[in-house]
Amino acid sequence: MKRIVYREWLLQPQRYWGLLAILAAVIAVGGLSALYMEHHGHWVTGMTNSVVWGVPHVFAVFLIISASGALNVASIGTVFDKKVYKPLGRLSGLLAVALLIGGLLVLVLDLGRPDRLLVAMTTYNFSSIFAWNIFLYSGFAAIVIGYLWTMAERKGNALQKPVGTFAFLWRLALTTGTGSIFGFLVGREAYDTAILAPLFVVMSFAYGLAIYMLVLFYAFDADGRPIGPAMLKRLKNLLALFIAAILYFTLIYHLTKLYGAKNDDIETFFLISGGLYTGLFWVGWILIGGLLPLGIIYHPELSQRRDWIAAACGMVIVGGLAAMYVIIVGSQAYPQEMFPGYSVIQFGAPGDIGGQVAPYSPSFPELLLGFGGVGIALLITAIGVRVLQFLPESLADRDVDPHASARSTA
Amino acid sequence: MNHENESMNQGRRDFLGAAAGVSAAAVAPGVFLHTPVANAAARTDPVTDLHRWGLLVDTSKCADGCTACVDACDSENGLNLQSKPHGQDELKWENQRAVWIRKVKLQDNLTGHVTNLPLMCQHCEHPPCVDVCPTGASFKRADGIVMVDRHTCIGCRYCMMACPYKARSFIHEQVDHKLTRAPRGKGCVESCNLCAHRLDSGDISTACAEACSAEGHQALIFGDLKDPMGPLRQALAKTPSRQIRQDLGLNTGVRYAGI
Repeated sequence: MKRIVYREWLLQPQRYWGLLAILAAVIAVGGLSALYMEHHGHWVTGMTNSVVWGVPHVFAVFLIISASGALNVASIGTVFDKKVYKPLGRLSGLLAVALLIGGLLVLVLDLGRPDRLLVAMTTYNFSSIFAWNIFLYSGFAAIVIGYLWTMAERKGNALQKPVGTFAFLWRLALTTGTGSIFGFLVGREAYDTAILAPLFVVMSFAYGLAIYMLVLFYAFDADGRPIGPAMLKRLKNLLALFIAAILYFTLIYHLTKLYGAKNDDIETFFLISGGLYTGLFWVGWILIGGLLPLGIIYHPELSQRRDWIAAACGMVIVGGLAAMYVIIVGSQAYPQEMFPGYSVIQFGAPGDIGGQVAPYSPSFPELLLGFGGVGIALLITAIGVRVLQFLPESLADRDVDPHASARSTA
Repeated sequence: MNHENESMNQGRRDFLGAAAGVSAAAVAPGVFLHTPVANAAARTDPVTDLHRWGLLVDTSKCADGCTACVDACDSENGLNLQSKPHGQDELKWENQRAVWIRKVKLQDNLTGHVTNLPLMCQHCEHPPCVDVCPTGASFKRADGIVMVDRHTCIGCRYCMMACPYKARSFIHEQVDHKLTRAPRGKGCVESCNLCAHRLDSGDISTACAEACSAEGHQALIFGDLKDPMGPLRQALAKTPSRQIRQDLGLNTGVRYAGI
């Protein structure tokens, strides 16, 4: 294998500054939205005492699990010794940190008291998975930065495998922790199941890789760097495997719930009668996020075309946001069942929701805050690849895996 | 000269006497007003686990259409001081304003029998809200009362996700009016605290149970779950009761008869 040469992103200055300006505008609007919600209070959002976590959490959780998933590409190279993936490692680490920061900012800015962040960082209750996650998230950022150093600095190369392995294990813990935020909640019918943790892990694999591939395609196209067909094939096949894993774990999640009579109602809600949530599940989570991209990836012609593969990646991301919306918002909108065998015919004052599906319509500031988080992640990535050598000069097959290209020509 | 001195001394005595009187008048209210509070000063003593406060709700006595407990809680804890933000939808506001206790009406799916009951924080022995709170703001006192420390609540709402009883409320709006005994602030979570301010000043009662008795229903009995001779334990001994979501094994401090 040739020595891999990394180069800063050589986008023309006008395009580059234009991109930064757009991202800065998205971030500014997100920041203003957060200020607006903070100034007035959460009554200006769609959130209520029934749906307490809304669209900001959808974006935040999506970005956080994608962060750990984006690191997978580096792990495959370092931990599992797949040499072809080695040139992809630096961007993988950068994207992981960037997505995590974007997600965490959204999470923090949606707090009722974001000004008390210092309290959250100094006062811990270690029975809380949230408290564990504060360590898992900050630890992840620190470890990945160390991991990047071992990849970039020759003196650190020897440490790459142990640090990479540690980062890989840490990221598994992180996503398990994020899934467990929901999985350990015993009081809601949709949660209270350990399978949410591995489901979140496989979701992170797919969403992180889809984002990674889109960023890679865009960055490489923009300054004319080649990506070989063998490399493309590897990445898309890996994505297909992760999508299939999501579908499998989703199936098991619902089968488990369907088996117990006590969960019939929540399953009917998700799968048949839940209106928007049912639509998002079937059309968003399963069709757009699962079956369609699988169809593209295994289609004999479409799978050869980079734009179609990029479309498949985009679909995985859209499907992922739909899945997060169903898991986070749909599960809260569904009424908590406190009185089995009874129908709730009155619950407090009219409008105070209990025993029926709670209404929730996201407000614009919530959406804009979520987009702001995405903007932060992309801005960090755009600056990172511009000023430091994160991107390999070429991912042409002959440069990354001469044996593969020899095989393909044979 | 002597006479002059005497009159001067007399004047000084008068002045000192008057000054002492004014000082006494100024200081005395403080002394007298503060002394009883200091004597009743359970507030300075740590709460102990000698008591575990709880409630028994006898749903057969809970009257349809009566909201005495809810109204009493609202005025006791300043919940009636909340005002709908200008321009907010009425029904959405009902789902955003803080509610510590609500009347719930249930119908048995098989028999059609209708049951009324008040639902509030169940003051679990193993409260999920306390387990999940990242900062420990959601906590359980030694006497079993589950409440929120508003100084360390960061408004993450994880406790609201975890509570099986929808007992908690998030303060969605700017708070303009509140009571000293029930501080409240935008961006924090709160819920029923069994009128802890009453208990801490030696008054063994809650506003809801008191109001229910005043209405003559006696559907709510407040007391000490650890006192076998107390009214709560006596009532629990006589009536079969259960916990809502008993399957979760939370050992709630609030028990229900008739469901």
